[in-house]
Amino acid sequence: MESLEGIVLAQPFFAGLDPAIGALIAGCARNHRFDPDAYLFHEGEEASEFFLLREGDVALEIQAAGRPTLVLGTVHAGDIVGASWLIPPYRWNSDARARTPVRALGIDAACLRGKCEDDPRTGYAMMKRFAPLLVRRLQAAHLQLLDVYGRSDPA
Amino acid sequence: MTVNPYLPLPYRVIAVRQDTPDTATVELRPVGAAIPEPAPGQFTMLYMLGVGEAPISVSGAPIEGAPLAQTLRGVGAVSKAIIRLQPGEELGVRGPYGTIWPVAEADGHDVLFIAGGLGLAPLRPAVRHVLANRERYGRVSLLYGTRSPQDILYRDELAMWRRMLDVQIEVTVDRAHRSWHGAVGVVTELIPRAGVDPSRTIAMVCGPEIMMRFSVQALQAAGMPCEHIYVSMERSMKCGVGLCGRCQFGPDFVCKQGAVMRYDRIAHIFTVREI
Ligand SMILES: Cc1cc2nc3c(=O)[nH]c(=O)nc-3n(C[C@H](O)[C@H](O)[C@H](O)COP(=O)(O)OP(=O)(O)OC[C@H]3O[C@@H](n4cnc5c(N)ncnc54)[C@H](O)[C@@H]3O)c2cc1C
Ligand code: FES
Repeated sequence: MESLEGIVLAQPFFAGLDPAIGALIAGCARNHRFDPDAYLFHEGEEASEFFLLREGDVALEIQAAGRPTLVLGTVHAGDIVGASWLIPPYRWNSDARARTPVRALGIDAACLRGKCEDDPRTGYAMMKRFAPLLVRRLQAAHLQLLDVYGRSDPA
Repeated sequence: MTVNPYLPLPYRVIAVRQDTPDTATVELRPVGAAIPEPAPGQFTMLYMLGVGEAPISVSGAPIEGAPLAQTLRGVGAVSKAIIRLQPGEELGVRGPYGTIWPVAEADGHDVLFIAGGLGLAPLRPAVRHVLANRERYGRVSLLYGTRSPQDILYRDELAMWRRMLDVQIEVTVDRAHRSWHGAVGVVTELIPRAGVDPSRTIAMVCGPEIMMRFSVQALQAAGMPCEHIYVSMERSMKCGVGLCGRCQFGPDFVCKQGAVMRYDRIAHIFTVREI
Protein backbone atom coordinates (compact mmCIF):
# COMPACT_ATOMS: atom_id res chain seq x y z
CA MET A 1 0.00 0.00 0.00
CA GLU A 2 1.17 3.49 -0.86
CA SER A 3 2.36 5.48 2.18
CA LEU A 4 0.71 8.81 2.99
CA GLU A 5 4.09 10.44 2.57
CA GLY A 6 4.43 8.94 -0.91
CA ILE A 7 0.93 10.18 -1.79
CA VAL A 8 1.73 13.71 -0.54
CA LEU A 9 4.97 13.90 -2.51
CA ALA A 10 3.27 12.58 -5.67
CA GLN A 11 0.78 15.49 -5.74
CA PRO A 12 1.57 18.02 -8.47
CA PHE A 13 0.87 20.75 -5.90
CA PHE A 14 3.81 19.53 -3.82
CA ALA A 15 6.22 19.07 -6.76
CA GLY A 16 9.81 19.65 -5.62
CA LEU A 17 8.96 19.51 -1.93
CA ASP A 18 11.73 18.47 0.47
CA PRO A 19 10.82 14.87 1.46
CA ALA A 20 11.36 15.77 5.16
CA ILE A 21 8.61 18.40 4.86
CA GLY A 22 6.50 15.88 2.94
CA ALA A 23 6.80 13.58 5.95
CA LEU A 24 5.66 16.39 8.27
CA ILE A 25 2.62 17.11 6.08
CA ALA A 26 1.82 13.40 5.84
CA GLY A 27 1.70 13.39 9.65
CA CYS A 28 -1.37 15.67 9.36
CA ALA A 29 -2.96 13.77 6.45
CA ARG A 30 -5.58 11.09 6.03
CA ASN A 31 -7.32 9.51 3.06
CA HIS A 32 -10.95 10.23 2.21
CA ARG A 33 -13.51 8.90 -0.21
CA PHE A 34 -16.66 10.81 -1.07
CA ASP A 35 -19.65 9.51 -2.99
CA PRO A 36 -21.25 11.71 -5.63
CA ASP A 37 -23.30 14.47 -3.96
CA ALA A 38 -21.52 14.10 -0.62
CA TYR A 39 -20.16 17.34 0.82
CA LEU A 40 -16.49 17.82 1.63
CA PHE A 41 -17.54 20.86 3.66
CA HIS A 42 -20.32 23.40 4.07
CA GLU A 43 -20.26 27.19 3.99
CA GLY A 44 -19.79 28.72 7.47
CA GLU A 45 -18.33 25.57 9.04
CA GLU A 46 -14.91 25.67 10.61
CA ALA A 47 -12.18 25.10 8.02
CA SER A 48 -10.56 22.32 9.99
CA GLU A 49 -9.23 20.31 7.05
CA PHE A 50 -8.38 21.06 3.42
CA PHE A 51 -8.19 18.58 0.58
CA LEU A 52 -5.90 17.54 -2.23
CA LEU A 53 -8.04 15.94 -4.91
CA ARG A 54 -6.52 12.70 -6.11
CA GLU A 55 -9.46 11.64 -8.27
CA GLY A 56 -12.81 13.07 -9.27
CA ASP A 57 -14.47 16.49 -9.55
CA VAL A 58 -15.75 18.81 -6.84
CA ALA A 59 -18.08 21.82 -7.26
CA LEU A 60 -17.75 24.89 -5.05
CA GLU A 61 -21.29 26.13 -4.56
CA ILE A 62 -23.24 28.95 -2.95
CA GLN A 63 -26.81 28.51 -1.78
CA ALA A 64 -29.09 31.50 -1.61
CA ALA A 65 -32.63 31.21 -0.31
CA GLY A 66 -35.20 31.17 -3.10
CA ARG A 67 -32.57 30.95 -5.85
CA PRO A 68 -31.01 28.00 -7.61
CA THR A 69 -27.67 26.87 -6.22
CA LEU A 70 -24.87 28.73 -8.01
CA VAL A 71 -21.66 26.91 -8.94
CA LEU A 72 -18.70 29.22 -8.32
CA GLY A 73 -16.15 26.89 -9.78
CA THR A 74 -15.16 23.29 -10.23
CA VAL A 75 -11.96 21.66 -9.05
CA HIS A 76 -10.41 18.56 -10.49
CA ALA A 77 -7.79 15.87 -9.82
CA GLY A 78 -4.51 17.47 -8.77
CA ASP A 79 -6.24 20.61 -7.42
CA ILE A 80 -6.52 21.89 -3.87
CA VAL A 81 -9.98 22.28 -2.35
CA GLY A 82 -10.12 25.07 0.19
CA ALA A 83 -7.84 27.91 1.26
CA SER A 84 -9.88 29.27 4.18
CA TRP A 85 -7.92 27.06 6.61
CA LEU A 86 -5.00 29.51 6.10
CA ILE A 87 -6.81 32.73 6.94
CA PRO A 88 -8.60 33.63 10.17
CA PRO A 89 -11.41 33.18 11.12
CA TYR A 90 -10.88 29.78 9.39
CA ARG A 91 -14.43 29.34 8.08
CA TRP A 92 -15.45 27.95 4.66
CA ASN A 93 -17.04 30.52 2.39
CA SER A 94 -18.74 28.03 0.08
CA ASP A 95 -19.98 24.46 0.01
CA ALA A 96 -17.80 21.81 -1.63
CA ARG A 97 -19.82 18.98 -3.17
CA ALA A 98 -18.46 15.87 -4.87
CA ARG A 99 -19.80 15.62 -8.42
CA THR A 100 -18.29 12.21 -9.06
CA PRO A 101 -16.75 9.58 -6.82
CA VAL A 102 -13.87 11.46 -5.19
CA ARG A 103 -10.63 10.30 -3.61
CA ALA A 104 -8.88 13.00 -1.64
CA LEU A 105 -6.14 13.54 0.85
CA GLY A 106 -7.40 15.57 3.80
CA ILE A 107 -4.86 17.67 5.68
CA ASP A 108 -5.72 18.63 9.23
CA ALA A 109 -5.54 22.42 9.34
CA ALA A 110 -4.67 22.95 13.01
CA CYS A 111 -1.98 20.26 12.79
CA LEU A 112 -0.37 21.81 9.70
CA ARG A 113 -0.67 25.37 11.01
CA GLY A 114 1.12 24.20 14.17
CA LYS A 115 3.94 22.64 12.14
CA CYS A 116 4.25 25.80 10.04
CA GLU A 117 4.53 27.91 13.22
CA ASP A 118 7.14 25.57 14.70
CA ASP A 119 9.24 25.23 11.57
CA PRO A 120 9.46 28.33 9.32
CA ARG A 121 10.93 26.21 6.51
CA THR A 122 7.73 24.19 6.38
CA GLY A 123 5.69 27.40 6.68
CA TYR A 124 7.63 28.98 3.80
CA ALA A 125 7.32 25.86 1.64
CA MET A 126 3.54 25.94 2.16
CA MET A 127 3.28 29.68 1.50
CA LYS A 128 5.34 29.31 -1.68
CA ARG A 129 2.74 26.87 -2.94
CA PHE A 130 -0.39 28.57 -1.64
CA ALA A 131 0.45 32.18 -2.60
CA PRO A 132 0.51 31.52 -6.40
CA LEU A 133 -2.64 29.42 -6.04
CA LEU A 134 -4.43 32.27 -4.26
CA VAL A 135 -3.23 34.81 -6.84
CA ARG A 136 -4.38 32.55 -9.69
CA ARG A 137 -7.78 32.13 -8.09
CA LEU A 138 -8.05 35.88 -7.49
CA GLN A 139 -7.21 36.57 -11.14
CA ALA A 140 -9.75 33.98 -12.23
CA ALA A 141 -12.38 35.59 -9.98
CA HIS A 142 -11.55 39.00 -11.53
CA LEU A 143 -12.02 37.57 -15.00
CA GLN A 144 -15.33 35.98 -14.02
CA LEU A 145 -16.47 39.28 -12.49
CA LEU A 146 -15.52 41.21 -15.61
CA ASP A 147 -18.04 39.13 -17.51
CA VAL A 148 -15.83 39.44 -20.59
CA TYR A 149 -18.22 37.54 -22.83
CA GLY A 150 -21.18 39.72 -21.89
CA ARG A 151 -23.40 41.45 -24.40
CA SER A 152 -21.55 44.76 -24.27
CA ASP A 153 -18.26 43.18 -25.26
CA PRO A 154 -18.47 41.51 -28.64
CA ALA A 155 -15.73 38.97 -29.24
CA MET B 1 -10.54 44.20 -64.91
CA THR B 2 -10.05 46.26 -61.75
CA VAL B 3 -12.19 45.16 -58.86
CA ASN B 4 -13.65 47.94 -56.78
CA PRO B 5 -12.58 46.98 -53.23
CA TYR B 6 -15.66 48.71 -51.81
CA LEU B 7 -18.17 46.90 -53.97
CA PRO B 8 -20.15 44.20 -52.17
CA LEU B 9 -21.51 41.21 -54.08
CA PRO B 10 -25.14 40.24 -53.49
CA TYR B 11 -25.63 37.09 -51.38
CA ARG B 12 -28.90 35.39 -50.48
CA VAL B 13 -29.69 34.07 -47.01
CA ILE B 14 -30.27 30.30 -47.09
CA ALA B 15 -30.80 29.82 -43.36
CA VAL B 16 -30.40 31.65 -40.06
CA ARG B 17 -29.49 29.33 -37.19
CA GLN B 18 -30.02 30.68 -33.70
CA ASP B 19 -26.93 29.55 -31.78
CA THR B 20 -27.65 31.27 -28.46
CA PRO B 21 -30.28 33.82 -27.36
CA ASP B 22 -28.31 36.73 -28.90
CA THR B 23 -26.15 35.01 -31.50
CA ALA B 24 -27.02 33.46 -34.84
CA THR B 25 -25.21 31.97 -37.82
CA VAL B 26 -26.34 33.14 -41.25
CA GLU B 27 -25.75 30.83 -44.18
CA LEU B 28 -25.29 32.58 -47.49
CA ARG B 29 -25.01 31.75 -51.18
CA PRO B 30 -24.00 34.15 -53.93
CA VAL B 31 -26.78 35.49 -56.14
CA GLY B 32 -24.29 35.80 -59.02
CA ALA B 33 -20.50 36.02 -58.70
CA ALA B 34 -18.96 34.72 -55.48
CA ILE B 35 -16.15 36.19 -53.39
CA PRO B 36 -12.89 34.17 -53.50
CA GLU B 37 -12.80 31.25 -51.05
CA PRO B 38 -11.92 32.56 -47.57
CA ALA B 39 -9.08 30.91 -45.66
CA PRO B 40 -9.43 30.09 -41.91
CA GLY B 41 -9.27 33.32 -39.90
CA GLN B 42 -10.38 35.68 -42.66
CA PHE B 43 -13.34 38.01 -42.43
CA THR B 44 -15.74 39.71 -44.81
CA MET B 45 -17.50 43.04 -44.72
CA LEU B 46 -21.24 42.38 -44.54
CA TYR B 47 -23.39 45.18 -45.89
CA MET B 48 -27.04 45.80 -45.08
CA LEU B 49 -28.59 48.26 -47.47
CA GLY B 50 -29.67 51.41 -45.67
CA VAL B 51 -28.11 50.28 -42.36
CA GLY B 52 -24.37 49.96 -42.82
CA GLU B 53 -21.46 47.57 -42.89
CA ALA B 54 -19.56 45.50 -40.32
CA PRO B 55 -16.50 43.23 -40.42
CA ILE B 56 -17.56 39.69 -39.53
CA SER B 57 -15.35 36.60 -39.42
CA VAL B 58 -16.10 33.64 -41.61
CA SER B 59 -17.27 30.83 -39.33
CA GLY B 60 -17.78 28.30 -42.11
CA ALA B 61 -16.11 28.39 -45.51
CA PRO B 62 -18.09 27.67 -48.67
CA ILE B 63 -16.25 24.45 -49.46
CA GLU B 64 -17.60 21.15 -50.80
CA GLY B 65 -20.97 22.68 -51.56
CA ALA B 66 -21.44 24.22 -48.12
CA PRO B 67 -22.77 27.77 -47.88
CA LEU B 68 -20.70 30.68 -46.55
CA ALA B 69 -21.43 30.83 -42.80
CA GLN B 70 -20.95 33.86 -40.57
CA THR B 71 -21.88 34.03 -36.90
CA LEU B 72 -23.01 37.32 -35.41
CA ARG B 73 -23.97 38.57 -32.01
CA GLY B 74 -26.64 41.22 -32.29
CA VAL B 75 -24.96 44.20 -30.62
CA GLY B 76 -25.70 47.16 -32.90
CA ALA B 77 -27.64 48.24 -35.97
CA VAL B 78 -25.89 46.10 -38.58
CA SER B 79 -25.48 42.88 -36.63
CA LYS B 80 -29.05 43.01 -35.29
CA ALA B 81 -30.45 43.62 -38.77
CA ILE B 82 -28.47 40.70 -40.20
CA ILE B 83 -29.50 38.12 -37.63
CA ARG B 84 -33.13 39.14 -38.20
CA LEU B 85 -32.92 38.39 -41.93
CA GLN B 86 -35.21 35.71 -43.33
CA PRO B 87 -34.24 33.01 -45.84
CA GLY B 88 -34.50 34.46 -49.33
CA GLU B 89 -33.51 37.98 -48.30
CA GLU B 90 -30.26 39.49 -49.54
CA LEU B 91 -27.24 41.32 -48.20
CA GLY B 92 -23.90 42.44 -49.62
CA VAL B 93 -20.59 40.64 -49.01
CA ARG B 94 -17.09 41.84 -49.88
CA GLY B 95 -13.78 40.25 -49.08
CA PRO B 96 -12.39 37.96 -47.88
CA TYR B 97 -9.88 40.08 -46.01
CA GLY B 98 -7.19 39.67 -43.42
CA THR B 99 -4.58 37.16 -42.39
CA ILE B 100 -4.93 33.44 -41.85
CA TRP B 101 -4.69 31.16 -38.80
CA PRO B 102 -1.31 29.37 -39.04
CA VAL B 103 -2.75 26.00 -40.07
CA ALA B 104 0.11 25.59 -42.57
CA GLU B 105 2.84 26.58 -40.09
CA ALA B 106 1.31 24.19 -37.55
CA ASP B 107 1.76 21.22 -39.90
CA GLY B 108 3.72 18.57 -37.98
CA HIS B 109 3.09 20.30 -34.63
CA ASP B 110 0.62 19.89 -31.81
CA VAL B 111 -2.21 22.41 -32.03
CA LEU B 112 -3.93 24.16 -29.15
CA PHE B 113 -7.04 26.23 -29.85
CA ILE B 114 -8.23 28.55 -27.09
CA ALA B 115 -11.60 30.17 -27.71
CA GLY B 116 -13.53 32.60 -25.55
CA GLY B 117 -17.21 33.31 -26.19
CA LEU B 118 -17.88 34.29 -29.77
CA GLY B 119 -14.16 33.72 -30.45
CA LEU B 120 -15.04 30.14 -31.34
CA ALA B 121 -16.62 31.46 -34.57
CA PRO B 122 -13.42 32.72 -36.25
CA LEU B 123 -11.55 29.63 -34.99
CA ARG B 124 -14.07 27.09 -36.30
CA PRO B 125 -12.74 27.03 -39.89
CA ALA B 126 -9.23 26.41 -38.50
CA VAL B 127 -10.47 23.61 -36.24
CA ARG B 128 -12.35 22.07 -39.16
CA HIS B 129 -9.25 22.34 -41.35
CA VAL B 130 -7.03 20.65 -38.76
CA LEU B 131 -9.54 17.87 -38.15
CA ALA B 132 -10.07 17.32 -41.89
CA ASN B 133 -6.29 16.89 -42.21
CA ARG B 134 -5.84 15.14 -38.88
CA GLU B 135 -2.84 13.06 -39.96
CA ARG B 136 -0.76 16.18 -40.58
CA TYR B 137 -0.91 17.33 -36.94
CA GLY B 138 0.16 15.93 -33.59
CA ARG B 139 -1.98 16.36 -30.50
CA VAL B 140 -5.03 18.58 -31.05
CA SER B 141 -6.80 20.35 -28.18
CA LEU B 142 -9.58 22.91 -28.01
CA LEU B 143 -10.19 24.80 -24.79
CA TYR B 144 -13.43 26.77 -24.93
CA GLY B 145 -14.69 29.13 -22.28
CA THR B 146 -17.92 31.02 -22.40
CA ARG B 147 -20.29 32.85 -20.14
CA SER B 148 -22.88 30.23 -19.24
CA PRO B 149 -24.16 26.90 -20.56
CA GLN B 150 -26.80 28.79 -22.60
CA ASP B 151 -24.03 30.68 -24.42
CA ILE B 152 -22.21 27.62 -25.78
CA LEU B 153 -21.86 27.94 -29.55
CA TYR B 154 -22.06 25.05 -32.02
CA ARG B 155 -23.10 22.48 -29.44
CA ASP B 156 -23.70 19.72 -31.97
CA GLU B 157 -20.35 20.21 -33.63
CA LEU B 158 -18.52 20.35 -30.28
CA ALA B 159 -20.23 17.09 -29.31
CA MET B 160 -19.17 15.56 -32.63
CA TRP B 161 -15.55 16.66 -32.14
CA ARG B 162 -15.64 15.26 -28.64
CA ARG B 163 -16.65 11.87 -29.99
CA MET B 164 -13.47 11.74 -32.07
CA LEU B 165 -11.03 9.80 -30.01
CA ASP B 166 -7.91 11.78 -30.86
CA VAL B 167 -9.03 15.33 -30.06
CA GLN B 168 -9.16 16.90 -26.62
CA ILE B 169 -12.20 19.17 -26.22
CA GLU B 170 -12.62 21.01 -22.91
CA VAL B 171 -15.51 23.38 -22.25
CA THR B 172 -15.84 25.63 -19.23
CA VAL B 173 -18.35 28.34 -18.33
CA ASP B 174 -17.92 31.37 -16.09
CA ARG B 175 -21.18 30.83 -14.26
CA ALA B 176 -23.67 28.03 -13.96
CA HIS B 177 -26.36 26.47 -11.84
CA ARG B 178 -26.15 22.97 -10.56
CA SER B 179 -27.91 21.50 -13.58
CA TRP B 180 -24.67 22.04 -15.57
CA HIS B 181 -22.34 19.10 -15.04
CA GLY B 182 -19.35 20.47 -16.94
CA ALA B 183 -16.48 22.60 -15.67
CA VAL B 184 -17.08 26.04 -14.14
CA GLY B 185 -14.21 28.53 -14.15
CA VAL B 186 -12.33 30.72 -16.57
CA VAL B 187 -10.78 29.29 -19.70
CA THR B 188 -7.24 30.12 -18.53
CA GLU B 189 -7.65 27.53 -15.75
CA LEU B 190 -7.87 24.84 -18.43
CA ILE B 191 -4.43 25.70 -19.81
CA PRO B 192 -2.22 24.14 -17.11
CA ARG B 193 -4.52 21.11 -17.01
CA ALA B 194 -4.42 20.53 -20.78
CA GLY B 195 -0.95 19.00 -20.49
CA VAL B 196 0.37 20.44 -23.74
CA ASP B 197 4.04 20.33 -24.64
CA PRO B 198 4.75 24.05 -25.15
CA SER B 199 7.86 23.52 -27.25
CA ARG B 200 6.00 21.60 -29.97
CA THR B 201 2.63 23.31 -29.83
CA ILE B 202 1.19 26.15 -31.90
CA ALA B 203 -1.54 28.02 -29.98
CA MET B 204 -4.35 29.93 -31.70
CA VAL B 205 -6.25 32.18 -29.32
CA CYS B 206 -9.44 34.07 -30.10
CA GLY B 207 -11.86 35.90 -27.85
CA PRO B 208 -12.35 39.20 -26.08
CA GLU B 209 -9.05 41.05 -25.66
CA ILE B 210 -8.94 40.65 -21.88
CA MET B 211 -9.45 36.91 -22.18
CA MET B 212 -6.67 36.72 -24.77
CA ARG B 213 -4.31 38.71 -22.51
CA PHE B 214 -4.86 36.33 -19.60
CA SER B 215 -4.58 33.30 -21.91
CA VAL B 216 -1.28 34.52 -23.33
CA GLN B 217 0.01 35.01 -19.78
CA ALA B 218 -1.02 31.46 -18.85
CA LEU B 219 0.60 30.07 -22.02
CA GLN B 220 3.82 31.91 -21.24
CA ALA B 221 3.70 30.63 -17.66
CA ALA B 222 3.44 27.13 -19.15
CA GLY B 223 6.64 27.84 -21.09
CA MET B 224 5.23 28.53 -24.54
CA PRO B 225 7.45 30.75 -26.71
CA CYS B 226 5.78 33.98 -27.97
CA GLU B 227 6.36 32.97 -31.58
CA HIS B 228 4.16 29.89 -31.10
CA ILE B 229 1.17 32.00 -30.02
CA TYR B 230 -1.28 33.60 -32.46
CA VAL B 231 -4.12 35.93 -31.45
CA SER B 232 -6.92 37.58 -33.39
CA MET B 233 -7.22 41.33 -32.88
CA GLU B 234 -10.34 43.39 -33.46
CA ARG B 235 -10.48 47.06 -34.22
CA SER B 236 -13.38 48.95 -35.69
CA MET B 237 -13.10 49.14 -39.47
CA LYS B 238 -14.33 51.13 -42.38
CA CYS B 239 -12.66 50.17 -45.67
CA GLY B 240 -11.32 46.73 -44.70
CA VAL B 241 -8.59 47.01 -47.33
CA GLY B 242 -5.84 49.12 -45.76
CA LEU B 243 -6.89 52.48 -47.19
CA CYS B 244 -8.65 54.47 -44.48
CA GLY B 245 -6.54 53.88 -41.37
CA ARG B 246 -9.55 53.36 -39.07
CA CYS B 247 -8.27 49.99 -37.81
CA GLN B 248 -4.76 51.11 -36.90
CA PHE B 249 -3.10 49.03 -34.16
CA GLY B 250 0.39 50.38 -33.43
CA PRO B 251 2.19 50.44 -36.78
CA ASP B 252 -0.25 47.92 -38.32
CA PHE B 253 -3.68 48.01 -39.88
CA VAL B 254 -5.72 45.15 -38.42
CA CYS B 255 -7.59 44.69 -41.72
CA LYS B 256 -4.31 44.00 -43.58
CA GLN B 257 -1.71 42.75 -41.07
CA GLY B 258 -4.45 41.11 -38.95
CA ALA B 259 -6.86 40.13 -37.66
CA VAL B 260 -4.69 37.04 -36.94
CA MET B 261 -1.30 38.16 -35.61
CA ARG B 262 1.69 36.31 -34.23
CA TYR B 263 2.06 37.34 -30.63
CA ASP B 264 5.79 38.12 -30.63
CA ARG B 265 5.15 40.74 -33.32
CA ILE B 266 2.62 42.66 -31.22
CA ALA B 267 3.69 41.76 -27.68
CA HIS B 268 5.06 45.27 -27.08
CA ILE B 269 1.67 46.88 -27.72
CA PHE B 270 -0.69 44.07 -26.75
CA THR B 271 -1.31 45.40 -23.27
CA VAL B 272 -1.25 49.11 -24.16
CA ARG B 273 -4.67 50.73 -23.92
CA GLU B 274 -6.21 52.62 -26.84
CA ILE B 275 -3.59 51.57 -29.36
C1 LIG C 1 -11.83 41.34 -37.87
C2 LIG C 1 -13.12 41.39 -37.12
C3 LIG C 1 -13.90 40.27 -37.06
C4 LIG C 1 -15.12 40.30 -36.38
N1 LIG C 1 -15.89 39.17 -36.35
C5 LIG C 1 -17.09 39.21 -35.77
C6 LIG C 1 -17.93 38.06 -35.78
O1 LIG C 1 -17.57 37.01 -36.32
N2 LIG C 1 -19.13 38.16 -35.19
C7 LIG C 1 -19.57 39.31 -34.59
O2 LIG C 1 -20.69 39.33 -34.07
N3 LIG C 1 -18.78 40.41 -34.53
C8 LIG C 1 -17.57 40.39 -35.12
N4 LIG C 1 -16.79 41.50 -35.10
C9 LIG C 1 -17.27 42.68 -34.37
C10 LIG C 1 -18.22 43.50 -35.22
O3 LIG C 1 -17.65 43.86 -36.43
C11 LIG C 1 -18.61 44.76 -34.44
O4 LIG C 1 -19.27 44.45 -33.25
C12 LIG C 1 -19.44 45.70 -35.28
O5 LIG C 1 -19.30 46.97 -34.72
C13 LIG C 1 -20.92 45.35 -35.31
O6 LIG C 1 -21.61 46.39 -36.00
P1 LIG C 1 -23.02 46.89 -35.50
O7 LIG C 1 -23.45 47.97 -36.43
O8 LIG C 1 -23.94 45.74 -35.36
O9 LIG C 1 -22.77 47.42 -34.08
P2 LIG C 1 -22.23 48.86 -33.66
O10 LIG C 1 -23.34 49.81 -33.76
O11 LIG C 1 -20.99 49.14 -34.40
O12 LIG C 1 -21.94 48.53 -32.13
C14 LIG C 1 -20.90 47.62 -31.74
C15 LIG C 1 -20.59 47.74 -30.26
O13 LIG C 1 -20.12 49.02 -30.00
C16 LIG C 1 -20.96 49.66 -29.05
N5 LIG C 1 -21.14 51.04 -29.53
C17 LIG C 1 -21.76 51.43 -30.65
N6 LIG C 1 -21.72 52.75 -30.76
C18 LIG C 1 -21.07 53.21 -29.67
C19 LIG C 1 -20.72 54.49 -29.21
N7 LIG C 1 -21.01 55.58 -29.87
N8 LIG C 1 -20.01 54.58 -28.03
C20 LIG C 1 -19.70 53.47 -27.34
N9 LIG C 1 -20.02 52.22 -27.73
C21 LIG C 1 -20.69 52.10 -28.88
C22 LIG C 1 -22.25 48.91 -29.07
O14 LIG C 1 -22.91 48.99 -27.83
C23 LIG C 1 -21.76 47.53 -29.34
O15 LIG C 1 -21.29 46.94 -28.16
C24 LIG C 1 -15.56 41.49 -35.75
C25 LIG C 1 -14.76 42.63 -35.82
C26 LIG C 1 -13.55 42.59 -36.48
C27 LIG C 1 -12.70 43.81 -36.54
S1 FES D 1 -10.32 49.47 -42.06
FE1 FES D 1 -9.50 50.98 -43.38
S2 FES D 1 -7.39 50.69 -43.13
FE2 FES D 1 -8.24 49.03 -42.03
